[in-house]
Amino acid sequence: MPMSYTLQFINLLAALLLLIVFAMLSQRRILSLINLFAWQGFVLALSTFVVAYTTAQHHLYYSAALTLLLKVLVLPWLLHRLIRKLNVKWDVETLINIPTTMLVGIALVIFAFNLADPITQLAQGITRGLIGIALASVLLSLLMMLTRRKAISQVVAFLSLENGLFFAATSATQGMPLVVELGIALDVLVATFIFGIFFFQIRETFDSLDLTHMEKLKDD
Amino acid sequence: MIDLQLLALLLTPLFGGGLLAVFGSRRWAAELNSLMSGFTFLASVLLTMRVIDSGPQVAFSEQFFIDQFNVFLVALTAFVAFTTSLFSRPYMRIEQHHGKLSTPMLHLYYSMYQLFTFTMLVALTTNNMGIIWVAMEAATLTTVLLVSLYRTPASLEAAWKYFILCGVGIALALFGTILLYFAAERVLGEGGNALLWTHLNQVKADLEPTVLKLAFVFLLVGYGTKIGLVPLHSWLPDAHAEGPTPVSAVLSGLLLNVALCAVMRSKVLVDGSLGTHFAGNLMMGFGLLSVVVAALFLSRQKDIKRMFAYSSIEHMGLITFAFGMGGPVATFAGMLHMTMHSLTKSAIFFAVGHAVQKTGTQQMEHIRGLLQVSPTVGWGLILSTFAILGMPPFGVFASEFLIITTAMHEYPWSTPILLTALGIAFAAIFGKIQPIVFGETTAKPLPHPPALIPVFVHLLLVLILGLYMPPYLANWYRQAAALLG
Amino acid sequence: MDNPEQILAILFQLTQLMLVVLLAPLLTGWVNQCQAWLQNRSGAGILQPYRVLHKLFLKDAVMAYNASWLFNVTPYIVFGCMWLAAAIIPIIAVDLPFSQAADVIALVGVFALARVFIALAAMDIGTSFGTMGARREMLVSFLAEPALLMVLFTSSMISHSTQLPRIVEALAHHEFVLYPSLAFAALAFLIVLLAENARIPVDNPGTHLELTMIHEAMILEYSARHLALIEWASSLKLFAYISIGIALFFPHGIVEVGNWAGLPLAIFLLLLKLLTAGAGLAVLESLMAKMRIFRAPEFLGTAFLLAVLGLLIHFLLGA
Repeated sequence: MPMSYTLQFINLLAALLLLIVFAMLSQRRILSLINLFAWQGFVLALSTFVVAYTTAQHHLYYSAALTLLLKVLVLPWLLHRLIRKLNVKWDVETLINIPTTMLVGIALVIFAFNLADPITQLAQGITRGLIGIALASVLLSLLMMLTRRKAISQVVAFLSLENGLFFAATSATQGMPLVVELGIALDVLVATFIFGIFFFQIRETFDSLDLTHMEKLKDD
Repeated sequence: MIDLQLLALLLTPLFGGGLLAVFGSRRWAAELNSLMSGFTFLASVLLTMRVIDSGPQVAFSEQFFIDQFNVFLVALTAFVAFTTSLFSRPYMRIEQHHGKLSTPMLHLYYSMYQLFTFTMLVALTTNNMGIIWVAMEAATLTTVLLVSLYRTPASLEAAWKYFILCGVGIALALFGTILLYFAAERVLGEGGNALLWTHLNQVKADLEPTVLKLAFVFLLVGYGTKIGLVPLHSWLPDAHAEGPTPVSAVLSGLLLNVALCAVMRSKVLVDGSLGTHFAGNLMMGFGLLSVVVAALFLSRQKDIKRMFAYSSIEHMGLITFAFGMGGPVATFAGMLHMTMHSLTKSAIFFAVGHAVQKTGTQQMEHIRGLLQVSPTVGWGLILSTFAILGMPPFGVFASEFLIITTAMHEYPWSTPILLTALGIAFAAIFGKIQPIVFGETTAKPLPHPPALIPVFVHLLLVLILGLYMPPYLANWYRQAAALLG
Repeated sequence: MDNPEQILAILFQLTQLMLVVLLAPLLTGWVNQCQAWLQNRSGAGILQPYRVLHKLFLKDAVMAYNASWLFNVTPYIVFGCMWLAAAIIPIIAVDLPFSQAADVIALVGVFALARVFIALAAMDIGTSFGTMGARREMLVSFLAEPALLMVLFTSSMISHSTQLPRIVEALAHHEFVLYPSLAFAALAFLIVLLAENARIPVDNPGTHLELTMIHEAMILEYSARHLALIEWASSLKLFAYISIGIALFFPHGIVEVGNWAGLPLAIFLLLLKLLTAGAGLAVLESLMAKMRIFRAPEFLGTAFLLAVLGLLIHFLLGA
């Protein structure tokens, strides 16, 4: 049974999203990480737009526009500014073991697909399978947070986690109510600002953005 | 209609946050803070009376929903927020005098304090499961800068941990919410109504069980991070120990309750859909684990605020366990314990705050002989410690007793575990607090008189509720318990 | 044998065989010429590989003193394997007589056979370079082969067959469908292609630097007609790989056996695709830097990851 082209296109975007998360997972350079994040936002906005077009839901156009504005323009711009000001533009994360991370990543994808399987069975039409991909990208972003030791890459991982959730919301359930989406967007924006404040506070206190300095609080 | 009271309840702290954002550096900012919190409390009292009179109702095109369960939390939240603001006025002055805080920091503190109250009240009163999430995330955002208020390396680390862990946790809760919406959409259709709790509650039997099961796991793990359930608790002791004491008091006494309220709202839906005890079992498991692990960690603590943070984990675990057991008695006991814990734990943090200010350290081995310098602080600390440890005649005893007897009846295997954990906790806390209060002193007098009225007001309430439960209050709790099933 | 259809099929097969073996050096020449242009050199012209082959065939072969018969036969076996592989792949037409002989998995086996012989021959002489090259070659192919198989599995899952003609038909002769899983597979295949054909960034066919060379290290001891055969086989291998890529991902234009009318168009499209692929390869090689041999596992791991992801996505999305 041939699927409609828009659905195929959304599937392609979903696959692309997963690919970008993997690319982020294996990216050592902070600058490229932020650029990948911007691309992720772009794919997200595009898929939201396509879903809006297919299902003729007007509020999804707004959230596509919001995504484009927030996640492709504002947040990457903020992060670029931050890394320029903090002088960490060319920083490289050296500690990650990429092949192992990738293997764990594949295992997580399989786990996510399995977990989402009962839901996939229920969903009709456009949503089939997308929850699995969304869940996989959420889990992969979590993995990224675990493997990173630099404050900025952790934050990018956090934002990418949020992107995965957003993808689940728009593509799989055709968008949450607009008021909720606006609230989420506001939270993310404020969170990024606070993260920015934090970067400066951390660097002022520790002379570096390396989180290995921040492992003092433990129950001995 | 309750529109007016609700509007007053929500707008007062929001307006207060705005006012303090402008005037937070003035000398009278602390008084303004207390005043706004007082008004909020007043509004909550009015709202509570309305709801007790006329039962559950919705407001503002169903976006808000008040029933006996959340109005009790609203009243509790507004009350503790008010007393904490009273406490924080002299406390923060002393901190400033000691050179730990500057005026801009206080400015931030006051405006964020009001906004934090606002987010908690929104999370409690909203009818929209999505807005609960937004408000919970906003509550994290408003408090995270308060945790790092002192700008010490340790406080920054604690705040970062708090931010990242709660951020991740709450992100998982969002996934749960999305799944919930996914299930709801199929029954209620698309659009704004599909996330409204009242609507979901009506059709909960038709919601797809497999999806709701998965959704609840995500919601519990997500909001459970905020509750501080083991193993998601690691941010909690750090944030409580390194933040300013009023923040520890409201985090421990209020935010944890609000997160638990969100979990309870989800549990009602999941129970209705599944018809099994799945959600309850999950909560009991997490609760029991938290009680045991926290009790074991208690004896190893050296920092006094950290120790009481672990005590909060223990009590939240106990409450989660009680709610997990379900049934009118256990839920009643859980809510009672929620109240008692909030009142007592904030009282403890008030007393501890002043004790720490007197001695200049949070390390328990250096805090000695409080009774000699300041009998009020000393007595406040020892009495509230007795209260939190569940000694009769304080109210915590009554609620713990109820929980344990129910557990003995319903789930006998859990009783020895609970009793052992509570015994370990008792020995650990009492053994550490006793030399702090009695014995030779190291403490210095304070530059400003301490605020101890809130401590004793809270203790008095806990004592009264332990001795005598007014019938209308008991009735109110019973109604709320019936709502939760 | 008197069945006209069969004769026709054999004619088609012969056309493809001759076309492939004659065009393969041209493709190599084209890639080199493109690279020369990109590097602002005038280049040796696209016919240079033919001249080199001609020169090598005219020379006298020099054999190492201790070379065994294995060393001697390897060039013929390698050349034969590559030619066979190129005969199996549907390059101009599907359902060629040879294609019944082997499916894609056997095709991978044919490539592996050639590799085993060339590695053995490299070690046969006993020089350190030969052995080192063989080891490196084995490392690379050990990592590339699973990725290649995964890519082939993805395509096979979509067309429900491991026969290349069926795969081509499933994609080319149906309504156009976007397959996200194939996009992943194509990326993975590209990486495998670079690694297996000793291209930058895994190997550099243009240098004989002892620290970095892989393929060249193995064939250092060959000369004259042996070297010519191996060079020719390398060209054939590149041609075969690009043809597999075309068959798996861009099969539009490949005709059925017996369709004489479609043949000119098929050959024209094939040439167009090859030209594009060759130019693309040149661009890619110019843009990338040769990576250290220790990074090669990571690079090929990426290919494997992409191929597995493609497969998973096929399972999840059914596309």
